[in-house]
Amino acid sequence: MDEKVLEIEALVDNLPTVLGFVDENLEMADCPMKIQMQIDLAVEEIFVNIANYAYRPDVGTAMVRVQLFADPPVVDITFIDHGVPYDPLAKADPDVTLSADERQIGGLGIFMVKKIMDDVRYEYREGHNILTLKKGLEKI
Amino acid sequence: MNIKTAVEGAVVTVSVSGRIDTTTSPALEQELKGRFDNCEELILDFAEVEYISSAGLRVLLMAHKTMSRKKGMTLKNVGPEIMEIFDVTGFSDILAIE
Repeated sequence: MDEKVLEIEALVDNLPTVLGFVDENLEMADCPMKIQMQIDLAVEEIFVNIANYAYRPDVGTAMVRVQLFADPPVVDITFIDHGVPYDPLAKADPDVTLSADERQIGGLGIFMVKKIMDDVRYEYREGHNILTLKKGLEKI
Repeated sequence: MNIKTAVEGAVVTVSVSGRIDTTTSPALEQELKGRFDNCEELILDFAEVEYISSAGLRVLLMAHKTMSRKKGMTLKNVGPEIMEIFDVTGFSDILAIE
């Protein structure tokens, strides 16, 4: 197992740095482009959520940990912050069958994350929000 | 992300390339909002779009709602990866995709 950690201020402006860090590690694992895009999407939703809500109005740090497993090829990406306790998975899924006029965009991000990742877990432990995304890296 | 806009009478074609994410979607929103007044029909060319996040979907929904009071908004050249995101989120049922 290969593990890399990035500690960074939880600011939306740092999103390109976070995505760069994740992509660099995925490329080393020969991750297919389509899966990389899906992972980027999930990473963006989670990191932007932390940047917008965890420490408001202050700024705090977020830790992003990428763990690559070889056999079978799987990535675990864990986000850890010490902001206000917040379980994004507790929210009800939006109704994606509604028409445009009835549609509310809120909650769509985390819904996409749940659909696109193989597994999403949240726990609050010792003052930390810990959210882990899991995704297999093999083409299906 | 780059945006190219072509205006032919009341038909506005906006070609987007690159990534439509949290950091770039405000620029797309601003471009579209600036075109609505003189636009009856909006075409979004997605041939060069590599990635779209929920921030980008928000802009598309806003534009779709605005244009539905006129002749509408059409997306063309949507690639399979982007299409999958539209499918997952139900956007493929809402948007007019050629």
